[in-house]
Amino acid sequence: MSVAPDLRARAEALGQSLPPLLAEAEMLAATVMLGEHGRRRAGLGDEFWQYRPAHQGDSARMIDWRRSARSDAHFVREREWQAAQSVTLWVDPSKSMQFTGDKSRAAKGDRAKLLALALAVLLLRGGERVGLAGLAHPRAGRTQLLRLAARLSDEAAEAEYGAPETEGMVSHGRAVFLSDFLGDLAAVEAALARAADRGVKGALIQILDPAEEDFPFDGRTIFESMGGGLRHETQQAGELRARYLARLAERKDRLAGLARAVGWHFTTHHTGQPAQSALLWAYAALQGGR
Amino acid sequence: MFTLGPIGFAVPWLLLGLIALPILWFLLRAVPPAPIRRRFPGVALLLGLKDDEAETDKTPWWLLLLRMLAVAAAIVAFAGPILNPNERVAGSGPLLVVVDGSWADARDWPRRMERAEALVAEAGAEGRPVAVLRLTDAPGAVDFQTAEAWAGRVAGLQPQPWAPALADWAGALPEGRFETVWLSDGLAHPGRAALLDELQDRGTVRVIESPRPVLALHPARFEEGAVIVAASRMPVADAVEVEVIARGPDPGGIERELARVMLAFPAGEARAEATLDLPPELRNRITRFELEAARTAGAVSLTDDSLKRRKIALIGAGPDQEGLQLLSPLHYLRQALEPVAELIEGSLSDVVLANPDVVILADVARLTQTESDALTEWVEEGGLLLRFAGPRLAASDVSRFEEDALLPVRLREGGRTVGGAMSWGEPKALAPFAEGSPFYGLVAPNDVVVRAQVLAQPDPQLAERTIAALDDGTPLVTRKGLGDGQVVLVHVTANAEWSSLPLSGLFVQMLERLAVSTRPAMPGAADLAGQTWVPETLLDAYGQSEDAGEMGGVEGEVLGAAMAEGPTLALPPGLYAGEERRVALNVMGPETQLLPAVWPVSVPVEGLGVREAQALKGAFLTAALGLLLLDVLAALWVAGRLSGLRRGVAVMAVALVAAQPQGARAQGALPDDALALEATTAVVLAHVLTGDARVDEVAAAGLLGLGDKLWQRTSVEPQMPIGVDIERDELAFFPFLYWPVTADQPTPSAAAYEKLNQYLRTGGMILFDTRDADVAGFGSATPAGQALQRIAAGLDVPPLEPMPADHVLTRTFYLLQDFPGRHPRGQIWVEAAPLAEDQAPEGMPFRNLNDGVTPVVIGGNDWAGAWAVDEIGVPLLPVGRGFAGEQQREVAYRFGINLIMHVLTGNYKSDQVHVPALLERLGQ
Repeated sequence: MSVAPDLRARAEALGQSLPPLLAEAEMLAATVMLGEHGRRRAGLGDEFWQYRPAHQGDSARMIDWRRSARSDAHFVREREWQAAQSVTLWVDPSKSMQFTGDKSRAAKGDRAKLLALALAVLLLRGGERVGLAGLAHPRAGRTQLLRLAARLSDEAAEAEYGAPETEGMVSHGRAVFLSDFLGDLAAVEAALARAADRGVKGALIQILDPAEEDFPFDGRTIFESMGGGLRHETQQAGELRARYLARLAERKDRLAGLARAVGWHFTTHHTGQPAQSALLWAYAALQGGR
Repeated sequence: MFTLGPIGFAVPWLLLGLIALPILWFLLRAVPPAPIRRRFPGVALLLGLKDDEAETDKTPWWLLLLRMLAVAAAIVAFAGPILNPNERVAGSGPLLVVVDGSWADARDWPRRMERAEALVAEAGAEGRPVAVLRLTDAPGAVDFQTAEAWAGRVAGLQPQPWAPALADWAGALPEGRFETVWLSDGLAHPGRAALLDELQDRGTVRVIESPRPVLALHPARFEEGAVIVAASRMPVADAVEVEVIARGPDPGGIERELARVMLAFPAGEARAEATLDLPPELRNRITRFELEAARTAGAVSLTDDSLKRRKIALIGAGPDQEGLQLLSPLHYLRQALEPVAELIEGSLSDVVLANPDVVILADVARLTQTESDALTEWVEEGGLLLRFAGPRLAASDVSRFEEDALLPVRLREGGRTVGGAMSWGEPKALAPFAEGSPFYGLVAPNDVVVRAQVLAQPDPQLAERTIAALDDGTPLVTRKGLGDGQVVLVHVTANAEWSSLPLSGLFVQMLERLAVSTRPAMPGAADLAGQTWVPETLLDAYGQSEDAGEMGGVEGEVLGAAMAEGPTLALPPGLYAGEERRVALNVMGPETQLLPAVWPVSVPVEGLGVREAQALKGAFLTAALGLLLLDVLAALWVAGRLSGLRRGVAVMAVALVAAQPQGARAQGALPDDALALEATTAVVLAHVLTGDARVDEVAAAGLLGLGDKLWQRTSVEPQMPIGVDIERDELAFFPFLYWPVTADQPTPSAAAYEKLNQYLRTGGMILFDTRDADVAGFGSATPAGQALQRIAAGLDVPPLEPMPADHVLTRTFYLLQDFPGRHPRGQIWVEAAPLAEDQAPEGMPFRNLNDGVTPVVIGGNDWAGAWAVDEIGVPLLPVGRGFAGEQQREVAYRFGINLIMHVLTGNYKSDQVHVPALLERLGQ
């Protein structure tokens, strides 16, 4: 468990440089949970909103006796309706995420976990509820952060390529999928469809290694997937470069199209770049996703 | 052994392996390079992609060729290739190795001995008896022994400084058949052909000669007052220059190089000469000439007395010699001695001071007591006093009753005249010189007759003091020792008045025998005959002098013969001392020629260098290994695994490029001629570059402003100021350095400190300006003050004191009491005045400072700021306020002018305090 505190510390460090991320709640009614977002109307919450004259139907317990004693009428103290957003993160646990093209670079999976947890730190600080798809239900508070960190560092899967998990996704909440999206796109499509059904908006962050982006290979090569399940042999790897890049671009286009169709955001992040840029992007995506 | 051209193979059958190469070709060609396995998640995108070229699963042909070459090189290597295989047919029977062993062999003796040892070892390997013969030895028995017995003795052989005695050996060779290898010195020696014939009678002869040229030096000789050195060479080749060094003891008695002259051999000439013009003092000290390029006895020429020109004082009878030239007694002496000696004439007391080798008194009878004492002392210290008789001596009563100290005998009154008009008898001829006389061996011509002479009193010592007599036994020349020197009296005049002796050649010879004059460069056999010559120093074959040790003396005749024919075993080259003089026996005579040895066509002649059999196995294996390494790289490249390597190469290339400018900078450290020219064509004020652009700018502008004022008001006309980098630039050009001190200035390097200290010691001045007098006094802990302390710690700065009111800086041009810059009244420190006892005597208006200019002036008034002007001469920075400020700037300029004047004129103003005293003295 030594990984978790480290991961958390790095995530905290990354999250410190941003203002609290206030995800906007679009749908109030569905998830009426107390949060720190004032709804500019009376409702359930901690903050004082207004005193209104008591009218019929108000129980005696609702009357604010201190205010009522200063006048002849009875007043009820109303509080502002506050709601929190639920954000569900999915980090691809598959083997392909363990790839790194260079020993000096972190594996894709590490980068994905780091980004996810940093996002979680920001969101939790903003009072949101953050969960992990299929692993942890959205909750608020700093203990949740510890839980998320533990789950993330535990997580590992046998699958070659990951398929987005939609379990535990709260309706009308937000979701962020972090993966390389090199596996079957049908699974992504299905997951997005389910999310759209539940009214979930969010972002797809494709995390790629620079080696996957550049294809810097030459000569006779046997390419194997990380689990060894897939293999492809070529005599001249260099000859394949252009076609590989074309296919990669095509896949990105398709992902972007899928995201657009359901109102999601899509970006590609390289492990060669600083994580900050991706976090900023995610911040903007979650904030501006109205 | 199987050979291909110059290459032989030790194991030729291995070459059959080359046949297998084509098979290897097919095998290698069939196996494509191994693929790399890569984990790559993107493989999902690759699935279904086809390769364009199907051909690449075969090894490329050039890679195949590389591998084939590597294998071929390995096969050839193991077949044991040998370059120049040694295929000499082994001889049989005894082997005689003949070494000339002469001085000419000394030029490459170690190589000769290596070769001789190799020959002995070779013979040993073949089990042949062997003998080594050094021809410079006396002929003796030649014993053929085993190689083991000879191996140690060969290493101990040394060359000898004379020519081989070939003719002597011709009869002393052993009987029976043997093979001969002759290591010749390459010079023609008499008897070589005869010895070769004898050797060829007994078996085959092989000759090994060194191609190195032989250089030899002839004895130096005199010609018209200059020393001529000559050298010969063999073989005659292109123009070449060699240096001749003259060595001898310096006045302290230590052997050193006295002179050096270049000898230029023109192309095609065997002999070269050069003239060495030296003052007699130096020339007389030369003991040997040697060629710098060669270390052999032939390249050394010892000098004897022949190079020494003696100083001879001629004293005539007095001032009344107005007679004819030919009657002057000194005329014949002058004629005889002038070509070979330095003559001194003058009064006796003067010439004795010049310490001549010989003093000749021609018919001088009376000497004053002081003259007589001085002369006696000089003779006792080793001088030779030669007196000639004459009418005055005959008429005086010198040495009449008591033997005069400066005459060898007592003289009878009047002398005698024979064969004249008023006397009986014939003029007397000379008797043959007796043995034991220095003239022994000279032949007296019959026509030398004596008509008049002074007569010696028949004293007991007369006989032993007589060294030449007339045929009637009358002493003609008498001699006696006096202290270390001697006194000789010739009983006739030095002119032809009394005898015809001065007209004959005998007169000159006798003077020579008396060591009065120098002898001819090469003494003939006749000159040497009759004396015993004892060797003093000897030369070895390498030209090194060694002590002669116990070697006995030799007869003059033998030496004379050796002089003509060169030294031999019995007479090694060296310096031989006779009674009065020393003779050098050199390897080379004046006319000795160096001729190459001529060998008949039937004798094979080899050089010293052997074409060594060279095993090529290592080279081939290395080549194979190199090719395999190349193959590794190529295979990596083909397999696409070279990208990491490529990156490494790129990094190295970048590192190399980055390293380049450093080299360029190192070259830039050379003294800059442009700077030197700029700084030395006129007076230039300089400031030290601090690295702070603003400070440097102000310093340059300040010196510009000060320069303008100097132009306007004084005769100092400085050029544009120069910024000096103390690490790189030469400081010696600048009389004055302005050094603004900044807090973050780097401490100078050790080299820069050395330069600065040298600068301060040799009269430079540095004005340190901390520019902080507005906030701090000097030495307090401002950042600039601390930087100054740090910088000055390494400087050779004398003790300092605050500038006293009477310091010379206050009056070198203007009379000043204040030295403001932009900041008024900061304290200024200069070199402390000398101690109280050195101070000026009472009554001096100023202190008399020591003769120097203060090397440093330290302050913090920011003078450059006050002096600074822009291009059109307008002050750059404000000073003070209003009129008072401008006044302060004016005083700052005056301080600058005073300072420059102080630097350029030194203590001139200081010395002006003496003007009143000087004027007063002049007035009287």
